[in-house]
Amino acid sequence: MDLTADRLHKKFGAITAVADVSFTATRGKILGLLGPNGAGKSTTIGMIAGLTTPDSGSVKIDGAVLKTGAHPGKRHIGLVTQEIALVEELPARLNLEFFGGLYGLSGKALAARISAVLELTSLTDRARDPPSEFSGGMRRRLNIACALLHEPEILMLDEPTVGVDPQSRNAIFETIEALAGHGRTVIYTTHYMEEVERLCDRIVIVDHGRVLADDTLAGLLASAPVANRLTLRYDSAPHAEALTEIKSLAGVLQVEVNGTELSVSATDLGAAAPRVLERLAARGFSCQELTSRRANLEDVFLALTGRTLRDT
Amino acid sequence: MSSTLTAFRALVRKDIAIFLRDRRALVISVLTPIVVAGFFGFLFGGVGSGSNPISRMKVGVADLDNSALTKAVIESLSNDASLEMQSLSEDEARRLVKSGKLRAAIVFPAGFEPAATGALLGVGQMPDVKLYYDPSQSMVRPMVAGLLSQHVMQRLSRPNFIGNSKPIPFNVDNVAVTTGPRYNSYAHSFAGMSIQFILFMGIDAGIALLLMRQEGMWRRLRAAPLSRAVLLGSRVAGTTLIAIMILAVVYLVARLVFDVRIAGSVPGFIMVAGAFALLAATTGLMIASLGRSVGATRGVAMFSVLILVMLGGAWVPSFLFPEWLQRVTEFTPTRWAVDGLDGATWRGLPLQSAFEPTAILIGWSALFALIAVWRFDWEDG
Repeated sequence: MDLTADRLHKKFGAITAVADVSFTATRGKILGLLGPNGAGKSTTIGMIAGLTTPDSGSVKIDGAVLKTGAHPGKRHIGLVTQEIALVEELPARLNLEFFGGLYGLSGKALAARISAVLELTSLTDRARDPPSEFSGGMRRRLNIACALLHEPEILMLDEPTVGVDPQSRNAIFETIEALAGHGRTVIYTTHYMEEVERLCDRIVIVDHGRVLADDTLAGLLASAPVANRLTLRYDSAPHAEALTEIKSLAGVLQVEVNGTELSVSATDLGAAAPRVLERLAARGFSCQELTSRRANLEDVFLALTGRTLRDT
Repeated sequence: MSSTLTAFRALVRKDIAIFLRDRRALVISVLTPIVVAGFFGFLFGGVGSGSNPISRMKVGVADLDNSALTKAVIESLSNDASLEMQSLSEDEARRLVKSGKLRAAIVFPAGFEPAATGALLGVGQMPDVKLYYDPSQSMVRPMVAGLLSQHVMQRLSRPNFIGNSKPIPFNVDNVAVTTGPRYNSYAHSFAGMSIQFILFMGIDAGIALLLMRQEGMWRRLRAAPLSRAVLLGSRVAGTTLIAIMILAVVYLVARLVFDVRIAGSVPGFIMVAGAFALLAATTGLMIASLGRSVGATRGVAMFSVLILVMLGGAWVPSFLFPEWLQRVTEFTPTRWAVDGLDGATWRGLPLQSAFEPTAILIGWSALFALIAVWRFDWEDG
């Protein structure tokens, strides 16, 4: 199923939380909503999950408008909230029975679904234990399992890896990838760019309630005025003549000097790095240290907002 | 079974499962009203208190006359079943009343006998008998004064009247009037304390809903295709059932241990109990809709419930209130709950008498539910 957010707008008092947000999540693909804390991701999720009524705009699932309350369209959605929404006092299995019941599941059908989601999230052997005895990662996995019981075609995950160890995070990623592989539409919000880079087929960057970019990872990297970066530290500061020569090399976009450290932006690191090293060596500069880094979403966000994701 | 009904059942079952699994809270919910009601019931007379000997009032007496008449009166007072007399000096008697160790003290002045005899025959001044009393126990003064008059008149009149004439020409035959078997003060205290502690449970249910909103569970529930009626209605149903369970266990113990009987209509008792359970649930819902922070909401709610419980006559029967206050308490739901349960238990009233309290309790519940729905912020949490 495809989910389309069309010009969503939401204000809380005088504050505009979401302004004209539009995107489409398609079947079998993972759409990432990337933005800093307070960017409007959770409000957007609230509207596309049928929790919050937009001031204007609409949410459509395969063309049918989604509404709040008991709207049947919500049956297609599985929501994994940012907060771990579990009944701490009840064992994992009873939690699953409860959440399954909310979607009308009962009897053998419910029992079968509980077994399936426990297996999918690798929690079968802990089904009798209450979440209060679980690790952070296991609690997150159970939180996801609760959202999968009714076999939703669209899965929304709001910051699902907060407070999770790397091993559990990988397990969560594998589960999400498997679900997308089976044709589920996945919408994944996070402020961790590494997660979107790893998981998402399409990325929507939001900040201050607005969509800043909506593209594939390759498309975003290509469209941004940033490049791969080569950082070199020399025994002495390169002089102006050497810098002019480096700037003139093919594929080199920008050169910055900070003392003995030289930072070179290039379209292709593999081609530029040997040439830069060779020219500076010819001028008698001895390289002490060399690091390289590919352009990433952090650079894209920086280019779009003038801030880094980590600054916000 | 329809999806909505399955969801409703899942929500109610979850609330009951949480209540039953919290063993400590469960024990406290049931044990506290039993212990407190047992204590109050014992204080107010216990089982069959209408026929039991009442506790004797400690009263001091200082006899400054030391005459045959005062000795006879003191002997007569000492034989009274309601008094425990203690002979003392005037100073000692006054000191013990002041310290609360005596309820009152009588001081016969020197020359009491000739003065009193003369006054009876219309000769000379009446003697002054001092009565020291504790002002915190205002009922004691008229009781002791009345008993003193009775015993003085009995002794004083014997040598002054002839034949079979009686100084007090009637006897009082005390008949406790209920349609039930015997008055059991535990019945009233169990009604009052059940109401108090079940309303506290209602507050806890409301606070739990506030916490659900703060911790994201409410947001998760709203993600399901469920109407507001199902989400809030199931909450009311779950809390009502828990309140009924508590009432059932508390009254079972009251029946087995304290001999509290439903002397009136059992359906009437069930109706009042059910309506009150609904009231406790809607009270919780209203608290959740009006409250913001957990701490402040709990404080205000506890204060309000304690006032309602006090005015409802749960601690002290409302007939002891001044007339104007009794009329005011008719506007509190707790008064009707206490009266309804009292009516079905020790008053032994028929089914018809349960209709009015039940209807009023349901009316209050509907009002609380309306306020809750009106003020509930659906998109918060």
